[in-house]
Amino acid sequence: MNALVPLVVLIPLVSAALTLILGKRPKAQRFIAIGALVVVLAIGTVLISVVDAERSLAMEVGGWASPFGIVLVVDRLSALMVVVSAIVLLAVLVFSLGQGLADRDNETPVSIYYPTYLILAAGVFNAFIAGDLFNLYVGFEILLVASYVLITLGGTQERIRAGTTYVVVSLVSSFFFLAAIAMIYGAVGTVNIAQISLRMEQIPLDVQIVLHVMLLIAFGIKAAIFPLSFWLPDSYPTAPAPVTAVFAGLLTKVGVYAIIRTETIIFPGPELNTALMVVALLTMVIGVLGAVAQADIKRLLSFTLVSHIGYMILGISLGTVAGTAAAIYYIVHHIIVQTTLFLGAGLIERIGGTTSITKLGGLLKAAPLVAVMFLVPALNLGGIPPFSGFIGKLGLFEATAQQGTPLGYVLIGAGALVSLLTLYALARVWNMAFWRPVKDVQGYQSPLLDSVSEAPGSTKVRAARRAPTLMVVATGIMVLVSLALTVFAGPLYSYSDRAGQNLQGPRTYIGIVFPGGDNE
Amino acid sequence: MTIALIPIIVMAVLYACGIFLMLERSVTRVLLGFLLVGNATNLLLLIMAGKAGIAPIVGGGIPAEDMTDPLPQALILTAIVITFGVSAFLLALIYRAWRLAQGDTLQDDEEDIALRTSLGVPGENPADATSGSDADEDGAEMRDIEEADAQAAAVETEQLTITTDRGDA
Repeated sequence: MNALVPLVVLIPLVSAALTLILGKRPKAQRFIAIGALVVVLAIGTVLISVVDAERSLAMEVGGWASPFGIVLVVDRLSALMVVVSAIVLLAVLVFSLGQGLADRDNETPVSIYYPTYLILAAGVFNAFIAGDLFNLYVGFEILLVASYVLITLGGTQERIRAGTTYVVVSLVSSFFFLAAIAMIYGAVGTVNIAQISLRMEQIPLDVQIVLHVMLLIAFGIKAAIFPLSFWLPDSYPTAPAPVTAVFAGLLTKVGVYAIIRTETIIFPGPELNTALMVVALLTMVIGVLGAVAQADIKRLLSFTLVSHIGYMILGISLGTVAGTAAAIYYIVHHIIVQTTLFLGAGLIERIGGTTSITKLGGLLKAAPLVAVMFLVPALNLGGIPPFSGFIGKLGLFEATAQQGTPLGYVLIGAGALVSLLTLYALARVWNMAFWRPVKDVQGYQSPLLDSVSEAPGSTKVRAARRAPTLMVVATGIMVLVSLALTVFAGPLYSYSDRAGQNLQGPRTYIGIVFPGGDNE
Repeated sequence: MTIALIPIIVMAVLYACGIFLMLERSVTRVLLGFLLVGNATNLLLLIMAGKAGIAPIVGGGIPAEDMTDPLPQALILTAIVITFGVSAFLLALIYRAWRLAQGDTLQDDEEDIALRTSLGVPGENPADATSGSDADEDGAEMRDIEEADAQAAAVETEQLTITTDRGDA
């Protein structure tokens, strides 16, 4: 079983090389890219069942025994993250395939798009299975460098501007991470996460807090937590729709995943929990206030993304099994739903020609299916009862109430208010873009204007363009997956609970890496 | 753990210069700052290796305490390669920005400004925003900013070139 672990990174990497070689044969490229992600999804499913039924896996790369070699660790959390990411990456790849075929690859040039996309996938998977702080850093760098290329795809002025901010901010975060690794190595003499955790207990508390804060700043920039979140709504909206969708779904969650590992394994103590709770509160409230002010759908969604990271940080900051479990369920829910919403925004852009809600209108008539596919995840994100957003928020509030601190109750109140404001912001988008008749839009310009002037004699003008079938199918699949989170909420939530129990204190994790004792 | 003082001083100077450069609006200077900070971080890793010793080759009866810790060096090598790749990408980005706008200063987000104006936040036109945020800098900096503004104006006159450029992009 251990042999399967490195394959989740190796398959995307090798496929990336193959797609690069086959740059002139787009059909072969598409086949390889989709095949690679399907195989990874299959491996992830096997891993999740093995890890859940039997035991967590620790693979020692190159056969070097644990504290010396690089170790890859798959526990319940890692396996779940690998499976969910594989689903999202696959759906977005199909979506971009549809868009690329329709646009003759103007927006997503195949020759570099597929290799970069697969390298991004390899980086994400590597970060999820890294059992070594430096390997985690390498995973981050792989996915970041791929994301630099994807966010500046096409090299238009707007994307170069947004891309520059994104690259510089990411670089700062990488340096924080690398400096933190250097200082942790200076303090405990190892980069193996399990061994760090063992030795960290002997380090004085003030040094521990310095190292802890360094790591949190590095991961906080990536996860877009409030004082470090300003870059996200600025840079994400300009990228091509599928790229934004996959970034919004996965990249911030890699940061959140790293924070979970930091809080539960490396620094399990409660020293910074209150600070994290305050940060969670600010992230939620300020993010959603930004969303309410926006008129562009993609920017609005980016702000809700920041806002909902706050819920996950809330779950982590509690430091209890219930809190971690709720955070894990919420991460899964948010990856799926936020990606679906961005894919929906991509469809709106395709049909309506713009993503500005002041210029859109009458889309309900033009594309009723898209209207439903945007409404379902919108209600889901807002936390309307049958959907997974409600279940996730309920779990988080329950875990917070169990602790019963005054700050906890403030956070519950803020969380409820933020979900209401999210619903308001998204309902406004839906009302303006879909529900509002065209005649109410001031200065409405039909997206078909170009073709009308090209063919002056033609009388039959359809109100809107149609989205390519593959794009609609990919979005539809994601909507179904998000509904599955509700249907299978019971098993999934109890799985998250077991994953949370694995993360109660570092003992379980250390036991995975050093099965024969502590090795000290 | 005993460590030499000189590497620490060098590291501190590199960090200071690097961070100063990274705060500039010109992307080329940010790149230079990035290289300095990268080297400073590599030096930090090296300092964390502890006392320097002879090459860590097993065999020959040398006690482990006399050898240099090899792991930080491996980490530094990886970090150097990553820095190299990213700076190549940044250079390409700067070149592209220069091709498009004939300048490498970071522009304001037009949509942000439009939104602020539409919400009625007072005193927020693009020129104010640029010079306002840097008002407490010294005179030489102000000249730089004026140049940047002039470049921004030049960008607008070159809109035509840009649109034709986008066509082949």
